[in-house]
Amino acid sequence: MNTTTPSKLEKILAEGHFAVTSECGPPRGVNGEVVEEKANLIKDHVDAINVTDNQTSVVRLCSLAACIRIKQMGLEPVLQMVTRDRNRIGIQSDILGAASFGIDNILCLTGDHQHFGDHPQAINVFDLDSTQLIQTVKLMRDEGQLLGGFEMKERPNMFIGAAANPFADPFEIRVARLAKKVAAGCQFIQTQCIYNMEKFKTWMQQVRDQGLHEKVAILAGLTPMKNVGMAKYMKNRVPGIDVPDEIIERLAAVPKEKQADEGIKICIEQIEELKEEEGIRGFHIMAIEWEEKVPEIVEMAGLYPRPTVEISAN
Amino acid sequence: MIMARPKPIEEIIDEIKDFNKVLIAGCDGCVTVCEAGGVKEVQVLASALRLYFTKENKRMEIDETSLTRQCDKDYLHELLDKIDDYDAIVSLACGAGVQFMAEMYRKKPIFPGVDTCFIGVTEERGVWAERCQACGQCILASTGGICPISRCSKRMLNGPCGGSEKGKCEISPDTDCGWHLIYERLKELGQLDFFAEPTDPKDWVSSRDGGPRKIVREDVRL
Amino acid sequence: MRLRYPTNIKIIKVPCSGRVAIIHMLKALEEGADGVIVAGCLEGDCHYQSGNLRAKKRVIYVQEVLEKIGMEAERVAMYNLSAGDGPRFAEIAREMTEKVKELGPSPIKNAKKLASKKSKVEVAA
Repeated sequence: MNTTTPSKLEKILAEGHFAVTSECGPPRGVNGEVVEEKANLIKDHVDAINVTDNQTSVVRLCSLAACIRIKQMGLEPVLQMVTRDRNRIGIQSDILGAASFGIDNILCLTGDHQHFGDHPQAINVFDLDSTQLIQTVKLMRDEGQLLGGFEMKERPNMFIGAAANPFADPFEIRVARLAKKVAAGCQFIQTQCIYNMEKFKTWMQQVRDQGLHEKVAILAGLTPMKNVGMAKYMKNRVPGIDVPDEIIERLAAVPKEKQADEGIKICIEQIEELKEEEGIRGFHIMAIEWEEKVPEIVEMAGLYPRPTVEISAN
Repeated sequence: MIMARPKPIEEIIDEIKDFNKVLIAGCDGCVTVCEAGGVKEVQVLASALRLYFTKENKRMEIDETSLTRQCDKDYLHELLDKIDDYDAIVSLACGAGVQFMAEMYRKKPIFPGVDTCFIGVTEERGVWAERCQACGQCILASTGGICPISRCSKRMLNGPCGGSEKGKCEISPDTDCGWHLIYERLKELGQLDFFAEPTDPKDWVSSRDGGPRKIVREDVRL
Repeated sequence: MRLRYPTNIKIIKVPCSGRVAIIHMLKALEEGADGVIVAGCLEGDCHYQSGNLRAKKRVIYVQEVLEKIGMEAERVAMYNLSAGDGPRFAEIAREMTEKVKELGPSPIKNAKKLASKKSKVEVAA
């Protein structure tokens, strides 16, 4: 498989390895070293590190600055970018800025509504949506053009990703929506955290029926549960997440101090199971404020050591 | 009122060209006042469409009607008996009317015949201008009765910006600087103290940024 | 004055050209007229100040509509002449008749004939 960008993530996928990515949430303050500490915890066990962009609409150190730090550590960042807070001028400007630092991966998201965050009073922008952001990055990269028509001499050469949530409603349009993102130019997908394996597999079947798994690399999203409280919270309070009762029962069945281990165990079992699912090309492990557990998960799931790939200098 | 302008006829032809019997439904409310979707405009549009489809030798029946208001179910009900005679409806109401019609007659394709533009006033016959963005938290009391959210191109709350020149906005010499107007009016009213105080960031929850809005008033509900 | 003008013109009298609405011109065309003249007073001479100027704008509007739906805009025309100027009226009537002859019959009239023929055949069958 050919690669078109300098992205290490793209290369690993192209060589047929399961890719492993994880994420790093920047702090709600100016201490950028927090990002470096988190990155250091996982750097040997993942191929690329997503940096969230003011996730859940809570103001944090910006994704771009954090990505630059990660890049300067010699690691591979995935710039998450939501369209909630910037119009097309700001977005394109940040893409150019990111490319100037050699950030080779972008994850295009619409973003949570600010209703959920710490500034519900804010105006939301949503000048573009996630699909249009994909189109924009593709236009900039493949045509060397800005949305306004300006022709650039040098292009931001990014590997384009997006998210997909197989569990949101209505279920039957989820694959159609993925198809739209793929048609817009999306090359990799990191899914919403998977707990309901049966539903996920139904979704994957539909993905395969449309041949989408051959056009886009799907990384299964996983978040280990720390305890039964977290599982209940995710089930009842987080929109778009589907936690089956079996998971809650399983966690509840073990003593409190063992629940974290059980959560990790569930996550590893899921990875093992999903490795067999045709079309799954990797795993995106979102250990929320629990980054230190990522190496353990990766190792136990048989995904360690990570492959080395030759990266040509950009 | 809600101001709209007629859609180009080519666009409407394209919307309905695959049907055989179409009803053009006007609205006697706002769109009549701004001469975009009232009885008169229904007649003209229907006639022009008939000319077009006759000329094209296409079998097409175009009928005309107008409802008192399309944003009100009671009036939309008036179509109940005849809606099934038509393959599609072109509604000349504002976007709210078109949607309410579609909600009511779920199986009927409903097409918009106007572009809904803004909440505004008739400055003179043929000239309509925006005055309100329905932010849901009126601040006119402190801005001399002139709304910076709808009248300032940057919707600044502490304007005018450096682009204000001779009372005009930097985006166009035809656009008044909203903040220039506010300042002049506050001066006339002896209320410049309103201008002196910085205005804090606004809570936009009550505007469209907070999501689709709804007013529920138990005091008037039946 | 015994002035001659083409007999195919049907005159509809209105108190002022400002009375002529867009729909009147369109209706005439819908009925199969090959052309429509709006004859108003000379500009500046309107008894009601601006009736003829409004009529002019409406004629332009109809011309634009015709263009958009693929009909000849020249089928509708505004002329300004004094109410007492019979010879000029006759001249305008001849001029417009010539213009419309050049354009040929209205496509509406043709289509209508065709449609009625069709339906007759259908009835016969």
